[in-house]
This record gives sequence, C-alpha cells and structure tokens, in this order.
Amino acid sequence: MRIRALVLRIFQQLLRDKRTLAMLFLAPLLVLSLMYYLFNHTGNASDAKIGAVNLNPAIVELLKEKGMDITTYDQASKDVVVNDNLDAMMEWRDNTLHLILKNNDPSQSKALQMTVSQAVAGLADTAQKLGNPAAAPQITVKTDYVYGDADTTFFDTLSPILIGFFVFFFVFLISGIGLLRERTTGTLERLMSTPVRRGEVITGYLAGYGIFALLQTVIVVLFATLVLGIHLEGSLWLVLLTNILLAFVALSLGILLSTFAASEFQMVQFIPIVIIPQVFFAGIFPLNHMAEWIQIIARIMPLYYGADALKSVMYKGMGFGDIALDLVVLVCFAALFIGLNILALKKYRKL
Amino acid sequence: METTVSVEQVSRAFGKKTVLSGVSLHMEKGQIYGLIGPSGAGKTTLVKMMVGMDKPDQGTIEVLRTPMPSLSMLQQIGYMAQSDALYNELTGEENLRFFASMFKMGKTEQKQRIAYAAKLVNLTDELEKKVSAYSGGMKRRLSLAIALLHNPPILILDEPTVGIDPELRQSIWAELIRLKGTEQKTIIITTHVMDEAEKCDVLAMVREGRILASGTPLQLKQQYDAENLEDVFLRAGGKES
Ligand SMILES: Nc1ncnc2c1ncn2[C@@H]1O[C@H](COP(=O)(O)OP(=O)(O)O)[C@@H](O)[C@H]1O
Ligand SMILES: [Mg+2]
Repeated sequence: MRIRALVLRIFQQLLRDKRTLAMLFLAPLLVLSLMYYLFNHTGNASDAKIGAVNLNPAIVELLKEKGMDITTYDQASKDVVVNDNLDAMMEWRDNTLHLILKNNDPSQSKALQMTVSQAVAGLADTAQKLGNPAAAPQITVKTDYVYGDADTTFFDTLSPILIGFFVFFFVFLISGIGLLRERTTGTLERLMSTPVRRGEVITGYLAGYGIFALLQTVIVVLFATLVLGIHLEGSLWLVLLTNILLAFVALSLGILLSTFAASEFQMVQFIPIVIIPQVFFAGIFPLNHMAEWIQIIARIMPLYYGADALKSVMYKGMGFGDIALDLVVLVCFAALFIGLNILALKKYRKL
Repeated sequence: METTVSVEQVSRAFGKKTVLSGVSLHMEKGQIYGLIGPSGAGKTTLVKMMVGMDKPDQGTIEVLRTPMPSLSMLQQIGYMAQSDALYNELTGEENLRFFASMFKMGKTEQKQRIAYAAKLVNLTDELEKKVSAYSGGMKRRLSLAIALLHNPPILILDEPTVGIDPELRQSIWAELIRLKGTEQKTIIITTHVMDEAEKCDVLAMVREGRILASGTPLQLKQQYDAENLEDVFLRAGGKES
C-alpha cells in the first residue's frame, strides 16, 4: 500500500521533529491562553441598531444623540432582534425598561447597557430639575440576552474564531513547509520517478498531515473548553467536524502554495497575504455593518465560513442544519485545492 | 540485439533557451551507455525525459517499445537523480523501505532487495543511522541503492559516482558491469569524468544540447585519431587542446 507507506513516512518524520511537534501542539494552547487573559475590554455602542417599543421620546432622543440607529416596532421579541439583525430592542412595559441584547459582541453589549442606564438616569435628573418628581419614578432596567448571558465576555465570541484560526494557521504552515522541504531537497521529484500516482501522493499527504491536524484540533478544542472554560453552547462533535474541515482546507492550501515558494522564507511570506487578511474577515470585527465590497471579499475566504460555523455552534448553540452551508463551502474549498494540487504535481512528472 | 531505449529527434527548450536539439540515441540491453559532457550540456534534461518526468517539445522517446511518459514503465526503470533526494530525518533502512513500498513487490522480496541493495553499496552496517548523519558519499551510495531496489531492467543513473571514494567507485563499476552482463540490464549513465567513460560500451558526447559524436570508446578514438577520450571530446567539439 503506497498511501500507507506515505503516511508512515510522514509520521516518522514529524515525530522526530520535536520543534515542529511543539509548534503544532503547544503553541496554539499557549497563544490561546494568553489571548484569554488579554481580552476583556469595553466596546463601542455608538453605531448600534436598536428597535424601540413604546419608548419615552425623551429616551429615544438621548439615544439618537449618541449616534444610535433607532427604529420603532410594535412588539419586542428575540426573534425580531435576530431576523431584523438588530443589536438590541428596548420596550417600556409595566414601569420597567426591558432591554433585549443580541449579545453578538459582548463588549458592545456592555457599552449599550452603560449608555441605556446613563440615558435613564439623565431622564430622571431632568424630571427632577423641572420640579416634577412624580414623573421620575425609580426606573428599573431588566436585561435579557439572545446569545450568552451577563457573564459572556468578548473572549467567548472571539474564542471560536481563534480556535479555527489556530488550526488553520498551524496546519497551513507545517504542511506547507513540510512539502516545500520535499520540493527543495528533491525527494518529491524522486518520489514522482516511482510508479506512484499523483492522486496517491496527495491522498498520502492529506492523510498523514491530516491525522496530526486532527489531533491538534482535538487538543485545542478540549483545552479551550475544559481548561480555559470557554463557552461551548452546542455540540463538541460539530466543533471538531468544522475544525477538521478547516484543517483540510489549510492542509491542501499549504501544499498548493508551497508550489509557488522557492524557500522556507518565501513560504512564510505567504502569511501576511493569505493568513492575516482571513483573520480580519473571519468576524473578529463584525462585518455586517461594513461596506458591501468588504463583505464580498470575506466570502472568498475559507476562514470566514469556518469561523461562522464555529461561532454558531460554540456561542449560539446552533445545530448541524444551521452550519451545513458553511461546511459545504469548506468541503468545496478543500476539493478545489486538492484538485489543483494533483494538477500541480505535473510539474514533476508529465502524467 | 534488442533495443530497449530509443530517443528519436528529441528537442527541448525552457522558455527561449534551447537545451536539447535533435537528439537521437538507441540503446540495447546488456550494455552500458555513457552520456558524457560538461555541466549544463543537457544530460540531466535528457535522462529526465527518458524517465518520463519531462516531455520532449519535439520527437519521441520509447522505453521497451512504450512511448514515454508512461506510468507502468516506471516500474521498469531505476532512476538515480543527480541530487541525493533522501529523507534526512529517516534512517537509511527507512528510506529504502519507503521507496521500495512505491514499487510492486512482495514483503519477502522487499526484504531481500533491501538487503541486496544495501550490501551492494556497502551500507549494511550503517542502515540504522539517520541519513542526516551520513557523509556525502554515503548519501550517494544510498541513493544508488534506491535505484536498484525494484530490480529494474533499465537503470538510469545521473552522475552516480560523484563524491564516492575511488575504492568504492571501483566496486560499484564492477557491479554495474556484472548487472549488464549476467542480468542483461540496460544501464545509462551520465558523467563528466573521462576515465569513467572508458568503461562504457557506447558513449555519446553531449555539448550544448547536441550529440557531438557517438560510438564505442575505441571507435571514437580511431575516428578522431586521438590518444584519449578527452582529445576526442575536444576535437569533436571543433576545438584543439
Ligand atoms: N526546469 C528548467 N528550467 C529552465 N532551465 C533549465 C531547466 N532545467 C534545466 N535547465 C537548463 O538547461 C541546461 C541543461 O541543464 P542540465 O540538463 O541539468 O545539464 P547537465 O545535466 O548536462 O549539467 C542548463 O543551462 C540549465 O540551466
Ligand atoms: Mg546534470
């Protein structure tokens, strides 16, 4: 079995390369932990989209002054927030201000909450100054969350993206450099002078590096959820499935791009071109408020789909049906890159 | 005599640079063919096309009457590249076993062939070592052993003896002569060392992508009225030493 021999060889090589192993398995955990302690800050609520129900015009005025986008509705519910893509809804009912926060971005939620309580307090002040204390009852604010809860931090929404990113980045780098070394030392060319088929070579590499990618994914996900206690609302299996697909995209892309690099340094030069933009477009910055063309660019990036699926499962607790489209797109990316890889091997042997 | 490799009017260019033009060669089993010429002459380009790793722009190459490139013919060819393409993290034995797995052969045959090839290049005692700890000559020998693993009827060796000490070079040549004799293999060797050329049955002198002259070493020396092959080469190229 040629494929088995290829896999075995990749295992022997990687298991003897202690530094690469450390990079594959320890570096993601280290960086993830660092990020965990780093990210706890307050966001910006000034461009929030708010739905208002039966709200005191004075409060609406105050919120508009802050730059928020206020739309009036008849009824407040979590469904309206999700369907109309609002950041929050506010309803004045039973002498209470009911606040429904989508909590897609917890740092924005915190800022929103702060703005609302400031507005309410300001209203009470004005009423008192006008010598009308009766119009300023103790206003209570009741807050409800569509996703997560009051304890949700920015990191809870960031972590699914980070997990996806680490899997993508490290698998890309290690498979890319591994293949590049085979190209520069001539072993790939020598391999192609044996009767092995191009498809077998690619399958062998996908399986060999894929098993390491799989292990890495399991370790990163378990560490994130069990040790760091990162929010996992949905199924662990879906998280693993998404990450595995993401790893395969990274694997096939790394192998493919190594065709265009002449040295390890040139391989590293792909990082700012191929990897970094994907991080920005993967949803660390919410995209739905951004210009149309930026959203279109995001859609050609594999990590965008991976991160969307991971966020949906880990944070929003969604199921397979909700992320199926994301997964299909990832499969298509992997298939495309694998096909191109098989073609690119023609460089070494013309059949 | 049976023709095993035939090269017919082959030309190859990389971009605007013509590397081979109108090369024709016919090789028979049981003989050693030497492609001799300075570096950059196009020897590697030519042998790579015989293996099927590259395609001629014009002309045809047939191995065992099969037009190249052909995947099934690769089982019949043992190719040793000019660079030692070896997995440095692996031991010598692991390298041999890996490449052996790429060819069709049974488990016991694989064991025997690995032992045979290692013994031939005098590496039996070094098989447990990682290739990264090998010297340049040892790597070259391991590379040669890999080419012999699947017992191919055709051996294509690109500068096989570079960096190998004279004693071992002698024994490798002795084995090559045995292989062409008792096992009737076709052996194609590229070299830029003239004294190795003397040991070939047929020589083709290559320069700037053309065959300047070909024939047995004796024929060539008579034809150009030269003392040695070095003079043949210079005279065939139109230059006097
Ligand atoms: N893939 C390639 N692309 C461009 N030029 C090449 C390529 N391969 C070989 N050449 C050129 O072809 C010429 C012959 O090379 P080669 O066949 O390696 O010579 P030799 O083996 O006789 O030293 C050289 O000038 C080399 O630069
Ligand atoms: Mg050469």
